[in-house]
Amino acid sequence: MKLHSWGRYPITDSQPHAPRTPAAIAALLRHRDAAPASLIARGLGRSYGDSALAAEVIQTQALDHLLSFDESSGELRCAAGVSLDQLLQVFLPRGWMLPVVPGTRFVSVGGAIASDVHGKNHHVAGTFGQHVTRLSLLQASGKVVECTPEQHRDLFNATCGGMGLTGIILDATLRLQRVPGSAILQQSLRSANLEEVVAQFEEHAAATYSVAWLDCLARGSALGRALLYLGEHAQDGRYLAPRPGRLSIPFDAPAFLLNRFSMSAFNALYYQRRVDPQARQRLEADSYFFPLDGIAHWNRLYGRRGFLQYQCVIPQDAALPGIRRVLQASGAAGKGSFLSVLKKFGPGNAHWLSFPLEGYTLALDFKHEPSLLPLLDELDRIVLDHGGRLYLAKDARMSADTFRRSYPRWEALRALRLASGADRLFNSLQSQRLGL
Amino acid sequence: MKNILIIGANSAIAKAVARACAEEHARLFLLARDSALLAQQKQDLEIRGAAAVDYAPLDVTHFSLHEAVLEQALDTLGSIDLAVICHGSLPDQARCAEHFDAALEQFNINALSTISLLTLLGNHMSARKQGCIAVVTSVAGDRGRPSNYVYGAAKGMVSQYLQGLRGRLFHHGVHVVDVRPGFVDTPMTVHLRKGPLWSSPERIAHCLLEGVRQRRHTVYAPGYWRLIMAVVRAIPDALFKRLPL
Repeated sequence: MKLHSWGRYPITDSQPHAPRTPAAIAALLRHRDAAPASLIARGLGRSYGDSALAAEVIQTQALDHLLSFDESSGELRCAAGVSLDQLLQVFLPRGWMLPVVPGTRFVSVGGAIASDVHGKNHHVAGTFGQHVTRLSLLQASGKVVECTPEQHRDLFNATCGGMGLTGIILDATLRLQRVPGSAILQQSLRSANLEEVVAQFEEHAAATYSVAWLDCLARGSALGRALLYLGEHAQDGRYLAPRPGRLSIPFDAPAFLLNRFSMSAFNALYYQRRVDPQARQRLEADSYFFPLDGIAHWNRLYGRRGFLQYQCVIPQDAALPGIRRVLQASGAAGKGSFLSVLKKFGPGNAHWLSFPLEGYTLALDFKHEPSLLPLLDELDRIVLDHGGRLYLAKDARMSADTFRRSYPRWEALRALRLASGADRLFNSLQSQRLGL
Repeated sequence: MKNILIIGANSAIAKAVARACAEEHARLFLLARDSALLAQQKQDLEIRGAAAVDYAPLDVTHFSLHEAVLEQALDTLGSIDLAVICHGSLPDQARCAEHFDAALEQFNINALSTISLLTLLGNHMSARKQGCIAVVTSVAGDRGRPSNYVYGAAKGMVSQYLQGLRGRLFHHGVHVVDVRPGFVDTPMTVHLRKGPLWSSPERIAHCLLEGVRQRRHTVYAPGYWRLIMAVVRAIPDALFKRLPL
């Protein structure tokens, strides 16, 4: 059947499986002939491009059990198909928060580890994988290996951020964190351009959460003007689980609705919204962390042909000129997005293919159209020139050369795959494209 | 709802129902074929807040075992406030059309086993003069279609049976809910392409429990299926038989 991920590009023919037990997964992996398989684990399909697409996918939706929870330490063990939404529903009302949440709560724990996802607190908390203390990995041989940051360290570091290419994550243990309240007190700061918002990020480096929305279509001296949102947990001891969204986009929107004019108008209006830098606005956790989860199927807004998200990171010392050039190039091409997000990253980690680097990350959404791909190639050159790289969980089109030049530990992953036989079994459309 | 019996407990909808009940600290008794999965669910539901979780293995097509296993559930729970029947199987219609044995097997799973269980549960609850029975049927039972009329006929049989049972048990203070889901994204339907009309098992579980709470009779899940099925039922046969459904 036809299968796609969140960006709805590309679309491929795929045979999905939904095994209910680890033994059923192992049985699916056995008795394959010699040819390399095109097969990959798939959680909730919230990566944007082709990293969870293959001729066969093993969906982890039925592996969604909680396995143990220690009320005193917050240590939780759960199967890989459990969604972050489920964890928040169960544990947030009891005062426990996930240490890291990405922009949507509809991702699986296995997917969050495989993409080594980050959140609005990366600068102080690192990635999701940095809070995983143990994981069980089903390898190509059929053997299940328990890895921790110390035990089978290479396999652990290859698997966190490893895009499912080392095996199938069956379950994981992570530490939840006590929070003083689930709501977030948000402070909003306006900035006139990119220099100013970067200076604000640096000034507020101690804030627990920080993220900026950027007007990607502003030009000249207003280039990169932004609204920076800082957040701290409320101290009121009140806890509210995420609420189900009320809105849904039932059908594909006509793609022409998103054009340079509608986007300019939206961005200009959004930038002008009233903000009081002194005020602290109280937002429930769901509206602060997952504003778009309130609109089911928002990806349909980009029309039938889907969209691509372009997320790059530029190291600290080159961040300002690098981000500026990316914005100039996309602005000059007349391409913009509703949601342009800028965020300061803390240091990178030991995981081989983890995306974050100390510096700044910029995420842009682009409607998929033929004229887009040359622009993205141009952006790749700018990112590489500034020592940056692209997020694999959002990628659908970067070249093997771009990937290899920006992820120096790719050869170690390739070697581990050859040695463990993973290269014969676990291959996504993305890994084939990138030569992994 | 304190004491809840769930039959077909390893189905995706049943799991979602059990989890929602666990969060309200219910006592649960689970019946399903695979006891390893049931053991896993027990662990999961206890972490989620269930007051107690017990289970027993049951292959619903072994009708002769029904009485003993329901007694075991009753012994453990003391009484049953809510019984939820969720088991089912999506048949290969082409095979069923060719071989009656295949169709019979499906009628056993999707209809006759349910009717056997309903007989026992109905008698127990009517004697106690309280309780609620919720059964997951399907919108497919509303009208037979070439692509899955064996499944539809089985589910339709259960829906008709429930209408009668409801009337009988009403006089004994027992309520009967027929929950008819549309397309649900579960392991049973993993091979089908999903579109705007598909729902999550959690959504169906929510509809089911709301239906029980509000003492509804027939719950289309989600509610918009009531409208869709009204249209489907209204199409004249002369036209309906020509449609590629």
